[in-house]
Amino acid sequence: MSGGRVGRGIAALVLLALAAIGSAAHAADEVNVYSYRQPFLIQPMFDAFTRETGIKVNVVFAEKGLVERLKAEGRNSPADLIFTVDIGRLADAVAGGVTQAVQNDTLESVVPASMRDPAGHWFGITQRARVIYASKDRVPLDEARALTYEGLADPKWRGRICTRAGDHAYNVALIAAMIDKHGEEDAKGWLAGLRDNLARKPQGNDRAQVKAIMEGQCDLALGNHYYYALMLQNEEQSAWAASANIIFPDQDGDGAHMNISGIAMTRAAPHRENAVKLMEFLVGDLAQKMYAEQNNEYPLRAGVEPSGLLQSFGDFKRADQSLADVAAKRPLAIRLVNEVHYNAGPSS
Amino acid sequence: MQVDAALRRPRRLSGEGTWQVGGLLIACAIALPIVAVAWLAIFPSENIWPHLFETVLWGYIDTTLRLMLGVAIGSVVIGVGTAWLVTTTEFPGRRVFQWALMLPLAAPTYIVAYVYTDLLEFAGPLQSALRAMFGWQSARDYWFPEIRTVGGAIVMMTLTLYPYVYLLSRAAFLEQAGVTREVSRTLGAGPWQTFFRVALPLARPAVVVGMTLALMETLNDFGTVDFFAVRTLTAGVFNVWLTMGNVGGGAQIALVMLGFVVLLILLERLERRRRRYHALATRHRRANRQRLGPRTRWATMAACLAPVILGFLIPGAILLRNAVLFAEESWSSRFPDFAINSLLLAGGAAILCVVLATFLAYAVRLRGGAVLSGAARVASLGYAVPGAVLALGILIPFGAFDNAFDGWMRDTLGVSTGLLLSGTVAAVMFAYVVRFFALSYGALESGLGRIKPSMEMAARTLGEGPAGTLFRVHLPLMKGTLLTTALLIFVDVMKELPATLLLRPFNFDTLATYVYQFGSSEQLELSSLGALSIVVAGLVPVILLNRMVARDPSEVI
Repeated sequence: MSGGRVGRGIAALVLLALAAIGSAAHAADEVNVYSYRQPFLIQPMFDAFTRETGIKVNVVFAEKGLVERLKAEGRNSPADLIFTVDIGRLADAVAGGVTQAVQNDTLESVVPASMRDPAGHWFGITQRARVIYASKDRVPLDEARALTYEGLADPKWRGRICTRAGDHAYNVALIAAMIDKHGEEDAKGWLAGLRDNLARKPQGNDRAQVKAIMEGQCDLALGNHYYYALMLQNEEQSAWAASANIIFPDQDGDGAHMNISGIAMTRAAPHRENAVKLMEFLVGDLAQKMYAEQNNEYPLRAGVEPSGLLQSFGDFKRADQSLADVAAKRPLAIRLVNEVHYNAGPSS
Repeated sequence: MQVDAALRRPRRLSGEGTWQVGGLLIACAIALPIVAVAWLAIFPSENIWPHLFETVLWGYIDTTLRLMLGVAIGSVVIGVGTAWLVTTTEFPGRRVFQWALMLPLAAPTYIVAYVYTDLLEFAGPLQSALRAMFGWQSARDYWFPEIRTVGGAIVMMTLTLYPYVYLLSRAAFLEQAGVTREVSRTLGAGPWQTFFRVALPLARPAVVVGMTLALMETLNDFGTVDFFAVRTLTAGVFNVWLTMGNVGGGAQIALVMLGFVVLLILLERLERRRRRYHALATRHRRANRQRLGPRTRWATMAACLAPVILGFLIPGAILLRNAVLFAEESWSSRFPDFAINSLLLAGGAAILCVVLATFLAYAVRLRGGAVLSGAARVASLGYAVPGAVLALGILIPFGAFDNAFDGWMRDTLGVSTGLLLSGTVAAVMFAYVVRFFALSYGALESGLGRIKPSMEMAARTLGEGPAGTLFRVHLPLMKGTLLTTALLIFVDVMKELPATLLLRPFNFDTLATYVYQFGSSEQLELSSLGALSIVVAGLVPVILLNRMVARDPSEVI
C-alpha cells in the first residue's frame, strides 16, 4: 500500500469518527447540568421537568473534577447548575469560586436553613442518614436502639464493628460532624476507639458491611440508610438486610447524622432563568415525591412523605447540625483518618 | 547513476528536517497535559508533605511498591511464558490460545475485581459450598485467602494486565528469525537454555515495554484498589485533591508516582546500556515448532488455559449470568448509540496513536538528538498518571486557550467564540492520545529497534527518502507490531473511564461511562450487561486480527 493512500484513508477515518460523534445539543430552551450523581438516578426528574416546562436538560456526569472543569472553562462555561451528593462537594465548589448566590423565596421557604448555604450558594434537595446496622441475632434491639455514634468507640464493641474506608466521603462527613460537635481532640480519641473496635481492615462499600453482619464477621456496621431499602428490594440481597436492624443513632441526643444531595448555580450560568426554574422544580411536590420513591431518600419539603419502605423504618430524630460548618471540618477529618491510621484497621 | 545521486544528495534536502520538526511538535502537544499537571503542582493550597510524612506516606509507598512488584512478576511470568509456549511449541488448541490469551484484556479490572469479590468472599458461592461440604460453621473454622488485600489486588491486576506482556513478547518472539533458535539448539543448548540465553534477551526490549505498560496501568488504577481498600499513592492523590481540597498537593503526589516510573525506566536502560537487539534478519523462515511429549503437552495446555479461565471465562460467565438475569432493568434503548460512540472513539484513537507514534519513533530513529528523544520520553508518561488527574491537565490548557481566543475575538471583532475545544469530543480524543501514547510509542519504538540499521542504509543507498524507507521497508516489516498496538489501544479506549467522564460533552455516553454509573452506585448486577458488551466489543477486533493473521503466512499479528 502506498504512503499517500494510507495517509488519506486514515485522515478520512478520523474525520468521519469526529463528525459522527460531535453532536452537542444547542437548543435555546435548555439548561445544562454538571452532575456528580449518576444519570439513572436523576434522569426521571429531569424528564418530568422537560415535560412540564419544555426546557431540555443536558447532563454531564462525572465523579471527580467538575469544579476544576468549571474553573478552566471560566466565564464561557456552558454549565448552569452543579448537582451533587455530599456537602463536601458543594463546599468545594463554593470555595473554588465557581458558584453564585441565588435569592429565591421558594427555595428559601422549602429548604430548612441548616440544609442550605446562608449566603445562598447551595441548596439541599434531599437528605440521607448515616445509620448503624445492628445484627438481629447478636445485638438485642433495646441495646441497638440506644446506640450513639459516640458509643461506637465503647470497648464493649471490640472486634465487632465493620465500616468502609475512613477516607470515603460518607465517613469523612460523619467524622467532620463529630469534630464540629466535640472538637478535634475528642473526635480523634473517638476515631481511634472506633478503629480499635473494628472487626477487620476497612474495605468494600456500604452494602458489603451489611453483608459482613450476615456472614457473622461483625455485629455493627455504618452505612447510609437507603442501602437498606435497596437491599430489601433486591432478591439476592434481601437476605443480607434481613440479618440486620436499621438503627437511627443518637435518638435521645442530637439525632442521626444527615447529609444532603444538593444543587448550586454556577457563576457563569448562561441560562440563569431556566436554572432557577429547575431548582424550584426539584424542591417542588412532584420531584420531591419522585426522589423519595425512586431513590429512597428523605424529601426536604415539608408535607412530602418518604417512600413506604422508608416509613416502615419509623420516624426518627435528625441532627440539625449546620452542614456548612460540617463541610468546613472535612480537611481536618481526613487528617484524623490518616493520623489514627484508620484504614490500617484494628491491629495498628 | 541512481546510487551515486542518493549518496551525493545533501542531508537537509532528504526531508529529515520535516521529521524532526514534526516529531517535536507531536511530542510537545502530547506532553502538554503532563506539563499542566506539573504546573498545578507548583501551587498547592498548603504543604501536605509534613502531614503525609508523619502519617500514611510510608504505608502508601510500601503498598504501591509491593503492588508494582507483584504485578511485574506475575505479568511477566504469565505473559512471557505463554507467549513462548504458543510461538515455539506445538500442542492441541495452540491456534485458539494464540488469541484467547489476549481476551482478559477486554474486561475492566475493577469489574473483574467486583466479580471475584462476590465469588470468593465469605458469603460467596465458593466458600458457602466449602462450608456445606466440610460442615464448617463460621469464618473461624477454616482459613481462606482474603481477597480484599494487596495480594488480591496483585492477582486481579495480573490477570487483566498480563496480556500487555503477552502480546508484545509474542510479537517479538515471532519476529525473531527461527534460525536464531535453531542455531542455538544446534550448538547444544536445550530448550530452557535457548529461551533464557537467546530468545529472552533478544525479546527483552519488548518484554520491558509490556511490563512497564502493565505497571503504569497499575499505578493509574483507582477503581480496584479503592474497592479493596488497598491504599496506594493513587488513594493519596484523591484524598489530598478531593477531600482536603488541595489539587496542587494531589498533583504533587501524582508527580511522585511518575518519578517511580521514570526511575524504573532509567534503571532498565542503564542496565541495558549500549546493547542493541536487532534481529538477525526479519521475515526469515520460521523455526519448526517443537512437538511435545504427551505429558508436557497437557502441562503446556494447562499453563495456557489457566490465565484464560481465570482472567476471562469465569468473570465473563458471571457477567453473562447477571446480564441475562437483569436484562430488562439494565437495557437502555440508547445502548446502540453508546456502542457506536465507543467503537468510533476507540477506532479513531487507535489510528491516531499509531500514526503519531510511528511518526515520532521514526523521527527519533532518523536522528535522535537529546531534545527530541527527551520530549518523546515525557510524552510517554501520560499513561502512569491517574486518568482524572490527566484530564485536569487537559482541562487547564484547553480552557486557557478557549478563553484567551474568545477574549481576543471579543476585543477585536466583538464576537464571542465561547469554548472551542473544552467539552468536545476532540478533547476526549486528545485525552486518549495522551493517555495511550506510551502504549503505541513504546511498542513501535521497540518494533523499529528490532530492524537492523543496515536495512534502511540499503534502502537509502538505493535512493529512497526517509518516508519511502518507512513505508516500503519498516512498516511492512513491523505489520505485526502495528496491528498489535492498534488493538491494545482500541481495547484500552473501550475501557477508559475517568478522562471520558470529565471531558465529554453534554448527554454523551460510551459503554464504559454507562457501565460506571451502575458500578459506582454499587449495582454490579445492573452494570453487567454493559460490561459484557465492552468485552464483546473488545473481542471483535481480536477475532478480526486473528483472521488476518490466519491469511498471512508470516503469522505475525
